[in-house]
Amino acid sequence: MDQLRRNTLKAGSGLSLFSLLVAAGMVKPGVAEAAWSKAAFEAKKMDAALSALGAGSPAESAEVQLTAPDIAENGAVVPVGVVSNLPDTEEVAILVEKNPNMLAARFMLPAGTEAAVQTRIKMGQTSDVYAVVKAGGKYYMAKKEIKVTLGGCGG
Amino acid sequence: MKTRPMMLALAVAAAIAAPAAMAEGSTADGIAQYRAMLAEGNPAELWELAGEDIWKEKAGPKQASLEQCDLGKGPGVVKGASAALPRYFKDTDRVQDLESRLMTCMQTLQGISPDNFVKGKWGKGEMEKMEQIVAYVVGQSRDMKINVDMSSPQMKKMYALGKKAFFYRAGPMDFACSTCHGEDGKRIRLQDLPNLTKHEGAAAGWGSWPAYRVSNGQFWTMQHRLNDCYRQQRFPEPIYGSDVTIALSVYMAKTANGGTVMTPGIKR
Amino acid sequence: MGNPMRIRAAASDGVTEVKVLMNHEMETGQRKDSSGNLIPAHFITELNAKHGDKVVLQAEFGPSVSKNPFLSFKFKGGAKGEKVVISWVDNKGDSRSDEATIG
Repeated sequence: MDQLRRNTLKAGSGLSLFSLLVAAGMVKPGVAEAAWSKAAFEAKKMDAALSALGAGSPAESAEVQLTAPDIAENGAVVPVGVVSNLPDTEEVAILVEKNPNMLAARFMLPAGTEAAVQTRIKMGQTSDVYAVVKAGGKYYMAKKEIKVTLGGCGG
Repeated sequence: MKTRPMMLALAVAAAIAAPAAMAEGSTADGIAQYRAMLAEGNPAELWELAGEDIWKEKAGPKQASLEQCDLGKGPGVVKGASAALPRYFKDTDRVQDLESRLMTCMQTLQGISPDNFVKGKWGKGEMEKMEQIVAYVVGQSRDMKINVDMSSPQMKKMYALGKKAFFYRAGPMDFACSTCHGEDGKRIRLQDLPNLTKHEGAAAGWGSWPAYRVSNGQFWTMQHRLNDCYRQQRFPEPIYGSDVTIALSVYMAKTANGGTVMTPGIKR
Repeated sequence: MGNPMRIRAAASDGVTEVKVLMNHEMETGQRKDSSGNLIPAHFITELNAKHGDKVVLQAEFGPSVSKNPFLSFKFKGGAKGEKVVISWVDNKGDSRSDEATIG
């Protein structure tokens, strides 16, 4: 009971869908987490990460653009942008080949959202970075090598 | 005869110098591209956001906000204040930089003891709030011209002291600020070090601190920056808000006068 | 309860561009503290963005998204004065939701 009350109070201070669902008892925190693609994020091999994403072996496509600097001064913060010119792009994933876990982030794009996202990722060392895109039910990719002068995983 | 190996060494050095210089050029381009991509969306904005709230919040034993704090442009005026700091303040009869002035405001308006900062730790407790307030205040001078008023004798005296401190060599490595920041073209690893004795370098250095550091995800104030320079020189670190740090700030700010405020900055 | 986000949303030519800075450690779980103990992973796992009732973006993050995450995206529609709400949840069940007015 106390737990429920605490959750309700917590949800009262925000509009979070997750916390509202938690408060309503519809979702337990642990269950909310289950929606997170655990297998894909915890994969330690590129092909395992791709297959967990359902991407198999995506074809390289010039319609997928990966924007990133050639050199990152600090691997702790590497700006990466993905643009897809493929029609019906519904998903974008960013993967780093030489990170302990390849998958960094995954974006689901509802209709009306442009296939153009930017974020910043950590890179432990110089590596190929992959942009994997799902469009019209098929998977495509682009890759680029980013040189890292100072690794970003050791703190 | 004895000079021949030397000549050979020079020839080899010359031969490898050319491609090395080219590689350096493209590396510099790559780093510039990286920095440009980072400039958009500086996490220092998170400190600014928090600082703006703290500025308006009642705090300390006197339960007052900082809204009546006079940063030199009148009580409560934040816009453009840090572009004109350090400056001489009549009420304290001191030249003060932003942080020492904020300590005065916190003490007089809120009753918060300077000990919280002098004995405090970076990023913790009251010091964390200081960093957030600093981020907010310096953000309110963004894109303005650096404009410190050097007309008073007190500012001239601090400038002279700052210049002396800048060139003062000491410590186990016989270092001075000028060892690294007194010439063009110096660098540590891939970091270009601004020549703070010239307008261009001083404007680049003074104008872009305080800053968010991506290497540790921390926001560093100018006092923190200067203390770390002293630590790197193997000097004892100055007491927070002490005159030597303010004097160095006056030296840099005067040399940077007319340059553009780019704070809060973002650094590797 | 997480710390506030910084959200900017600007509409131009029928497209709204949203830029978000989140306040989060994004601890990888692979670093050690000064006594050699592993620092437990702590990172945002899921995020969503809503324009009115419509979800305009859903994202999943791993621990290799940078500390104090930055995110930028664009959606069709949105007008000045309307709201965009961003919500995240992390692997410890903490959450945060903030809104911004489209400018």
